[in-house]
Parts: sequence; structure tokens; C-alpha cells
Amino acid sequence: MRTISAAAMTDAVARLCVRANTVLPEDVDCALERAYFTEPWPLAQETLDLLRRNQSQAWERKLPICQDTGMACVFVELGQEVHIDGNFEQAIHEGVRRGYGEGYLRKSIVADPLRRVNTEDNTPAAITVRIVPGDKCVLTVAPKGFGSENMSRLAMLKPADGVEGVKKFVVDTVRLAGPNPCPPVVLGVGIGGSFDKVAALAKHALLRPLDEENPDPFYEALEDELLEEINALGIGPQGFGGKTTCLGLAIETAPTHVAGLPVAVNVSCHVTRRATEVL
Amino acid sequence: MQYRLTTPVTREDLAPLRAGDTVLLSGVVYTARDAAHKRMMELLDAGKELPFPVEGSALYYVGPTPERPGEVIGSAGPTTSGRMDAYSPRLLDLGQAIMIGKGARSQAVKDAVVKNGAVYLAALGGAGALMAASVKKLEIVCWEDLGCEAVRRLEVEDMPLTVILDTQGGDLYQSGPAAYLASLN
Repeated sequence: MRTISAAAMTDAVARLCVRANTVLPEDVDCALERAYFTEPWPLAQETLDLLRRNQSQAWERKLPICQDTGMACVFVELGQEVHIDGNFEQAIHEGVRRGYGEGYLRKSIVADPLRRVNTEDNTPAAITVRIVPGDKCVLTVAPKGFGSENMSRLAMLKPADGVEGVKKFVVDTVRLAGPNPCPPVVLGVGIGGSFDKVAALAKHALLRPLDEENPDPFYEALEDELLEEINALGIGPQGFGGKTTCLGLAIETAPTHVAGLPVAVNVSCHVTRRATEVL
Repeated sequence: MQYRLTTPVTREDLAPLRAGDTVLLSGVVYTARDAAHKRMMELLDAGKELPFPVEGSALYYVGPTPERPGEVIGSAGPTTSGRMDAYSPRLLDLGQAIMIGKGARSQAVKDAVVKNGAVYLAALGGAGALMAASVKKLEIVCWEDLGCEAVRRLEVEDMPLTVILDTQGGDLYQSGPAAYLASLN
């Protein structure tokens, strides 16, 4: 048994909130750079250049990359041999409260979906916990903006719809979203599981670095096919037209029921943020 | 084409703009998102004045991050404009001339743009640090209780924008992708 203090978790979450919002993950930065060099349409290339210049502005002026500093989605892989000395969930919320305060990040959370009063400190965090073997605690903060979140979709397809049905649903999601989610987008796709599980798969898929391949060759090929179809839509950066509509796409799957084929697409933007620390 | 405009603008200023042109906008720009729009409608319903001079005005759909001490503004990119669709035609009919945001608009907004000789301009979505650089002064006009959604008066210099909807019915979100796809053939 190893003890990790709640205070250490709070410190880490606070740091991660600020880092995630001010520095783009290297893989997303590289994908934007690659898109800039391979984009054939002049207006689209200029737009990609501006998106990259935004990052250097953010760095120089200590500003968040995007003003929608998001809902603080916190993913915890908690080793089963870890004992948390204190209140686990409160420690995370407190980290978000501190990070969003000290980092001059925007507070975008309302306490109730219909009565809509801002909590003023961006809490509560949206916490996902997975218990894993070992004595470490891996914390990932992935702030999620809602311009893209609002364009996400879920469908309970029929098994007969098969892979073609899944592909159509994913491509349609991007087509319907058009310019709204700040393309070029990043997509997390969940296939299988149940109604709730498939959405969680799609969200979790956004954590996979864009330069990391799907370990299953079948799904790796499907990801490549989808990426090609989506980048043939012509939506382009900011929806102004061009080749670069999607920077990357990750699929996660789970066993499902004989009668169902759930699919979910979590849409993210060119500012797909995540930062990780291991305690 | 690139145009330089200063607010308040007239119909004549906006008439030559076409979807796909770029604009460097200077002058006063007011900020308002959904919550502020809703309150503006309540004021109008009660027969009261809007909190800013509407004729020839520009509204920027933005909720900036808090400014650091000594800084004018935080990160300040556009929010999705479609959430303002229910309110925009009424404001355009009253004289609002420029809408600044990102993302698709409804047919009712497109019709109101043509009818009133207004324009819808896109700021760069997700590029809040870049957009902030053009803001030189900020003051809160009203509804401070709305936090990042309070109405702010911004003085901007050469804010870089792209024409999406023009006075002739042009729509870059249709014509831009179509032109790119046509170039492939």
C-alpha cells in the first residue's frame, strides 16, 4: 500500500489545468504543422498559419490558446495499491478551482442545466476513474470546449448497418457540424458497449495521441478510411474550404449486445488539449 | 479583397464586401453572448433602450478569459454564432450592422442580413490569443453578474475578420468548400 496525499493531487490537477490550456500537446501541434505543409488550397493554408501563430501568441502573452477553457474533464488511473490520504473527489475539484483561478482561465460551468447559475470557479470537474493494477496515480486533465462538444452525436444503429453504417454516421457528423466546431477537428469515436458506455469510449478516444496507431489493424484501417473520406468533404480550416477538415481520429471499441451497434462521435477542435502527470 | 472599416459603419461601407473578403476592423465593438442577447430582448419587449448605440454597430460573440493584472483582455476568440440566431434578426432590423462570431447561421439571419445590408464576419475560432492582440481597451457596459457573458465595450484596431455572409446573399461556408472541391476536378 502506498499513500498519496489529497494535497498532492490538488497541486497536480491545478498545474495540469493551466498547462493544458496554454500549451498544445506536441502531437496536435505536429499534426497542425503537417497539415500546413500539405494543404493545397491557399486560403486554407493561410488559415492554418494563423492557427499556429495563435499558439505562439498564447505562449508569449501567457494567454490560454482558446478563450473556451472548457469543462475540466479529469481522467484518473488509480493504482489499486494506492491509498488517498483525504477526500479523493474534493481534492480534484479543489485543483480545478485553484488552476482556473490562478491561471486566469474562464469559468464556464453552470451549477444546474436549466437554472443556469455560474459556479464561478469552473467546478465541478467531470471525473472519470479507472482502477488499475499498481501503486501509481495517473492524472490527465483534458479541458473540453463546447463549440465542438455541441456537435457530438450518438446513435443506436442496427447490427445490419455494419461498418458502412458506422462510417456514414461518423462522416455525417462532421458534415452536419460544418464550420461550427472550429475545424480542423479531432474525433473520438466509440463503437459498441451500451448507451452510456459508447459515449465514454468516444470521450476517452480523444486522449490517444494523434501519432499513435490503433493497436488493432482492422480499426487502424477503418480510421485511415474515415480520415480520407472526411478530408474529402472540403469543409477545410474554419469551414472556409480546403483539404484539412480533420487532423486525426481515434476509435475505441467494447463488446456489445447481439441486438445492438451503438456508435458515438465526440467532436473536438484544433485546440484538443490534454496534460498528464504521474503521482 | 481586403477592406479596412471603422465602426459605426454605414450600408455604403458594407455594400462592396463579398463572402471570402477579409476585413481589418477598428473602432468600438460590443460583446454579447446568449445570456446578454436574452436580456436585450427583454429590454426591447419592455420598450426600453439597448445598453449601446445600435445604429451601425458591431457585436462580437465572445466570452473572454479574465485579464491578467496590467493586461487589457484575456484570450478572446469567437463563440458559436448559431446560438444567437433567435435574436439577431430583430437587432439587425434595429440597425446593428456587423455580427462577429463563427459557425453557420439560420436562413432567417441570412435573410435579415440581405434585407438590412448588414454583414456577418468570422473571427478565427479557437484563436483567442491572436484575436486578443487587436483589443486596445475594454470596459464593462452592463450585466456584470453574467461574468464572461457581461456586455463589454471593446476598442479594437485592425481586428482580422473574414466575410461569411454578405449583403448580396453570399455565404462563404457554402462557396468556400464548393470552390475548393471544384478545384480538384
